[in-house]
Amino acid sequence: MKNIITSIFLLSITLNTQSVSAAINPKICMILDKAGKDDRSFNQAAYEGFQTALKTLPISKESKVIDAKEDTQLKQAIRSFTKSNCAVIFSIGINNADAIKALIPKYPEQKFVVIDSVINENNVRSIIYREDQGAFLIGAIAAMKSKTNEIGFIGGMDIPLIRRFETAYIAGAKYINPKIKVFSGYVGISIEAWNNPTKAQELALSQYAQGADIIFHAAGGSGLGVFNAAEKKDNLKYKKYAIGCDSNQNWIKPGIVLTSMTKGVTETVIDTIQSVIDDKFSTGKNSYGLSNGGVDWALDKYNKNLFTNKDLEKIKKIKSDIIAEKIQVPDYYKEAKN
Amino acid sequence: MDWINLAFSIGGATIRMSAPLIFAALGGLFSERSGIINIALEGKMLAGAFAAAAVTTLTQNPILGLIAGGFAGMLMAIVYGIFVINFKANQIVVGTAITILASGTVPFVSQILFQNTGSTPEIPIGNRFIYTPIIIAWLLVISIWCLFKFSPYGMWHKFAGEHPDALQTSGIDVIRTRWSGVLVSGFLAGLGGATLSICLSSSYTRNMTAGRGYMALAALIVGGWKPITAALACLAFGFFDALGITLQGIQIPKPEFSIQFLNQIWSFFVSAQFIQIIPYILTITIVAGFVGKSRPPKALGQPYLRNR
Repeated sequence: MKNIITSIFLLSITLNTQSVSAAINPKICMILDKAGKDDRSFNQAAYEGFQTALKTLPISKESKVIDAKEDTQLKQAIRSFTKSNCAVIFSIGINNADAIKALIPKYPEQKFVVIDSVINENNVRSIIYREDQGAFLIGAIAAMKSKTNEIGFIGGMDIPLIRRFETAYIAGAKYINPKIKVFSGYVGISIEAWNNPTKAQELALSQYAQGADIIFHAAGGSGLGVFNAAEKKDNLKYKKYAIGCDSNQNWIKPGIVLTSMTKGVTETVIDTIQSVIDDKFSTGKNSYGLSNGGVDWALDKYNKNLFTNKDLEKIKKIKSDIIAEKIQVPDYYKEAKN
Repeated sequence: MDWINLAFSIGGATIRMSAPLIFAALGGLFSERSGIINIALEGKMLAGAFAAAAVTTLTQNPILGLIAGGFAGMLMAIVYGIFVINFKANQIVVGTAITILASGTVPFVSQILFQNTGSTPEIPIGNRFIYTPIIIAWLLVISIWCLFKFSPYGMWHKFAGEHPDALQTSGIDVIRTRWSGVLVSGFLAGLGGATLSICLSSSYTRNMTAGRGYMALAALIVGGWKPITAALACLAFGFFDALGITLQGIQIPKPEFSIQFLNQIWSFFVSAQFIQIIPYILTITIVAGFVGKSRPPKALGQPYLRNR
């Protein structure tokens, strides 16, 4: 009798500790794409979110981040993560999207979070950003600040996501000034296009030479070349500016980077991890736009004095109009379907 | 934008874009003429790009940075040389391995020095070169042409690649000649990488060479393993790159043909995607023997065994 009581007692303790440890310390796993954790852009933002969560939130210290440089590595990473009790697996970035889409159906029990693309499976939370809203606002800002009435856009790899930026950016500029001229160019058509600042610089120099005075880049690591071009051409007739993308890049070249279109990747990663901890994790499509901080424009000490109060008010007005859907923002994704 | 401005814009871009290719192609020339295939140019450039940016950041001196870039390329060349010259390993395999080694080692060293695997800190514009490396590249083209044309040193290199036995018989050490070719090659490729990071850009960023090592190799083959023609081939590649860039920016007049099919053909040939593939089409056409002959050195890729 005594034995039985003890064993029940012990069993209940073990059961208890198991369930408690599972509830308190979920293990978070994250897969970054080819650009790596220091790309000053998308991956870096997600990585920072992960690091913050590791320091401040009660998640397992065994949580892991890895870079997947190619599809085979991605496959291996997912296989090892699914075997090691990850509560959720984050997949960051558009470069891994196709590969992960093919892999997810093999692991119906595992919960995934896919950032930047939509995958319609029951175990996936897809997080997408309203780049169209952000780029529209940036286009409006660029048109407001342009002295030559000519602005530019430089994309990285020529893919629909970046076309979405371009379409909305042009629409935003035309909203302020219907006669504005927008040059656009793409660094390339292969994956190298994200890491080719030299070529992006030449593209930007060419656009500046043709009369553009503000260029918005959506080119990942290549975007640095756009900043360099703005810096080089700075002494000519008009002040030249560049606009950063994905993370706040104002600090890279203060006074030259007019502003940045930020994506709240860090915050969404932290929010999602929090929802896992609170056991409120839900699957399905979640979209983050101007209204909930998913996309925004960056204003900080580096670019504060480039904007007057009048500018700020105007930008605020446009922003609230977009949120209230008083302004129709064209969406490349929808246009492409029709 | 008028035509003169357009010409200047394309011309400037051509000269800038081709400079790193010229360095790397000249580097490839040195090792390939002495009989060592140099598919590792890409890796050596990457090492050079990183070392140049890192040293410039640490010392605030771009000249030291440029030299460091050269020596980083040379360091890669030493590893390469030990395997392919002394151990007589397969040159293609080791060359590929060196490129992979560079793309892994560089982020590692970067993490140690700057706590960042993706890029080095920004180099202010005063600490960067504006056009010095570009001038150096063209001076090198001429001096290397003279070297191969007139000096015995150049002759030894040619024989090490064409007929190593003959060179050995005449009393010149083939192994030593090949070593010097590989080392100079590494140094030049490193300079090419340095040009990318501290002249044409403002820091090292991950994999910033973006296939230029392979393009340089192609230019070398197109140029028939000769310095001046190889440099011209680099210039042509740079030109098509620049053309692609400029054409993306301007509105190309679209003639309205009465037949729909012709309209489609026109928009296909003036699309940015098509212009971007021109350099590669050109390479394939030329390498396939369309324009004259492009003959590699006879003993290229064959390890030299001294006591056969």
